[in-house]
Amino acid sequence: MAHIDLGNELPGIRGLMAFSPLTEKPLNALAEVLLRGDNSLTRGERELIGTYVSYLNDCFFCQNVHGAMAGHYLGCNIEEIDAIKKDFINQNITAKMKALLTIAGSVQKGGKHVSHDQIELAKIEGASDMEIHDTVLIAASFCMFNRYVDGLATLAPEDRQFYINRAPQRAEEGYTASVYK
Amino acid sequence: MPYIKLESHLPGITGLLEYSKDTAQPIRDLTQVLLRGPSSLSEAERELIATVVSHGNQCVFCTTAHTAAADLLAGESETAACVKTDIETAPVSEKMKALLTIAKQTRESGKSVTEDSITRAKVAGATDIEIHDTVLIAALFCLYNRYVDGLGTSLPENEEYYGVLADRIVYHGYTRLPQGYDHLKGNNR
Repeated sequence: MAHIDLGNELPGIRGLMAFSPLTEKPLNALAEVLLRGDNSLTRGERELIGTYVSYLNDCFFCQNVHGAMAGHYLGCNIEEIDAIKKDFINQNITAKMKALLTIAGSVQKGGKHVSHDQIELAKIEGASDMEIHDTVLIAASFCMFNRYVDGLATLAPEDRQFYINRAPQRAEEGYTASVYK
Repeated sequence: MPYIKLESHLPGITGLLEYSKDTAQPIRDLTQVLLRGPSSLSEAERELIATVVSHGNQCVFCTTAHTAAADLLAGESETAACVKTDIETAPVSEKMKALLTIAKQTRESGKSVTEDSITRAKVAGATDIEIHDTVLIAALFCLYNRYVDGLGTSLPENEEYYGVLADRIVYHGYTRLPQGYDHLKGNNR
C-alpha cells in the first residue's frame, strides 16, 4: 500500500500523477522532451539510459516501464535488456553508448562521481556536448522519478508482461498524450 | 571548468538551463509549482527541504543558493544552518522535523523512506499532500544536484552572486527572466 491515500488504484507514477495533476503536467512534459524530443540519440538509446539508472536505483516499476520501451524501440526482448542492465560493457551496443551509460551510472551515485576521464572517453567515442548533457540530465531525472515512485511506496504490477504489453501504445502516443503516460 | 561549453557568466544551474531551454521549461515549471505554488507548507519551509537535500548531496552551489533563499524568506539564518547540522535539535516544528527526515531518507533512496517516518509525520499533523510534496521536492533536488555537479558547472567567483540569486528566486520565482540573463555579464562573476 502506498504511504499516502492516492484515491486511485493506478500503478506506479500514474497513481501519483492522478493524485497531483499540477505536478503531473511538467513531469510528463520533461519525460516527453527528454525521451522523445528531437535528438541525435535515438529514443531507444535514451530509454536505455533511463532503464539502466532505474535498475541501479532498484526501482521495479520504472525499470520495467522503460525497459519495455527500450526493447520496443531497439527490437530487443526483455532478456536482452536485462543483460544490458547487468553488464552493458560486454553486450552488443556501440562504444559511444557504453561511454554514456558509464556516465549515467556515475550520475546515479552522485554528480561528483562523474570524472573527467569518463567525459573524455565519451567525446573520443563521438559523443557531442549535447549528448553528454542529455545523458546526465536523463540520468538525473530518473534519480527523481525513481525516488518519487518508491519514496511514496506506490504499487507496481509484478507481471513483467504488463509493461511489455503497454509499450507499443505508449511509444506511439508519447508521455503527455498516452492514457498510460 | 564545466564538462560542456556553457556561458561563463552563468555559474551553477543557470548556465545549464540556458544551454538547453527545451528541457529547462518543464524543470522550471515543476519547481515553480512545488516551491512557490499554493501549499500549506510555507515557501521558507519548502526551501528548507531543498537545502537539506542539497546539503546531503554535497552540492555546494544548490546548498548555498537555497540556504540564502530560506534565510531571506525567514528573515533569519539560524534555522537553515541548524537543519543542515541536526534536524532534531533545529528550531522547527515537530511536523517539519518529520518532513525533513522523510526528505533526508528520499535523498538516500526512495526505498529508504520508512513507515515509521511517514507515521511520525502524520501524527504530527502532516497531510498526504504535504508528504507527497516533501518527497517530490526532495526527489527534484536529487535531479538538480546531479545535473549541476554531473556536468562540472562552475561556482560563482563572488559570494555576492548568491544574494542576487536568492533575491531573484524569492521575489521573481523559478520561471525564466523574460529579458534573459545577459545583464549578468561582467558584474556577477
